[in-house]
Amino acid sequence: MAYSIGDVIAERTVHLTRESLVRYAGASGDFNPIHYRDDIAASVGLPGVLAHGMLTMGVASSVVVAALDPQTRIVDYGVRFTKPVVVDAVDGADVHVLATVGTVDETTARIDLKVTFGDATVLVKAQLRIAL
Amino acid sequence: MAVNSELVGREFPPTPPYLVGREKVREFARAVFAEAPQHTDVEAARAAGFADVVAPPTFAMVVQDLTVQQLLNEPDSGIVLSRTIHAEQRFAYTRPIVAGDELTAQLRVTGIRMMAGNALITSEAEITDAAGDHVVTATGVLLVGEGE
Repeated sequence: MAYSIGDVIAERTVHLTRESLVRYAGASGDFNPIHYRDDIAASVGLPGVLAHGMLTMGVASSVVVAALDPQTRIVDYGVRFTKPVVVDAVDGADVHVLATVGTVDETTARIDLKVTFGDATVLVKAQLRIAL
Repeated sequence: MAVNSELVGREFPPTPPYLVGREKVREFARAVFAEAPQHTDVEAARAAGFADVVAPPTFAMVVQDLTVQQLLNEPDSGIVLSRTIHAEQRFAYTRPIVAGDELTAQLRVTGIRMMAGNALITSEAEITDAAGDHVVTATGVLLVGEGE
C-alpha cells in the first residue's frame, strides 16, 4: 500500500458509555474509581466520571489497525493525555478519531491521530508509526 | 513528602512471568473496540502469520502496569496516588504481543523533572518474552501534583 501525506487512513466515532468504562476496567485491571463512581470523581474535583486515558488511546489505535493489512508491523505508538473525556451516566460520550498520514520516509509512515470529544482535543502528539 | 529525585536510574526486579491468554486478548480487544479479525479469530491471525490471536497495541499496558505498581509501592518514592495522573504514554515494538506469550517486564526510572511544582516521572518498562527477546518497551510519564 502506498501512503501519501494527508491521506485519510480511517475515521470513526466511538460511543462510550459507563458500561464501556467498566468493561475496560475489567479487561485492563485499572479499577481506579474515578472511572466509575460519580461521588469519588466529584470528591477529587473532576467534572465527572472520566474515561481511562488508556481506553481512549486504545480506541484510537483500534480505529487505525482495523484499516490496515493485518500483517502491518507497528513500530511505535505514543500520545500525550491533555483533556479528559467525561462520560455521562445517561448520554455517554462520543469520541471521534481521525487518522491521517503525517510523514512518510523510506521505511516507515507516521499516522497522526486527531482524537476529539466535542470541541476538545483529548490526545495530543498522538502518533502511530508503521513499517512499510 | 516530595517526589524522591533519587528514584532516577533506579531499576526494579523483573516482574513474575505474565502468560497472555487467548480469552484475555479477546476481552481486551472488545474493551478497546478493536474490530480487526486478528485480535479475536485464531484462523485470521494464523493466516496473517501469527501463532495465535494478536493483542491490540495498548495491551502492553496490562504488563507495564505490574511495574507501575512496583513504583507506587516503593516506600521512599514520595508519589501520592491521589495526586498522580498519567500524562504521556509510548510503546516501541519489536513485534506484537500474541496469545501464548510469557512476558516479563523490568522497570527503570529514567527521569524526573519539575514543572510548576509538579513532578513529571518518566519510567521505561522493557518487556521481553520467555526466550529473553525484546517485545516492546513501554514508557510512561506520571505527573505528581504538588502536595500541601
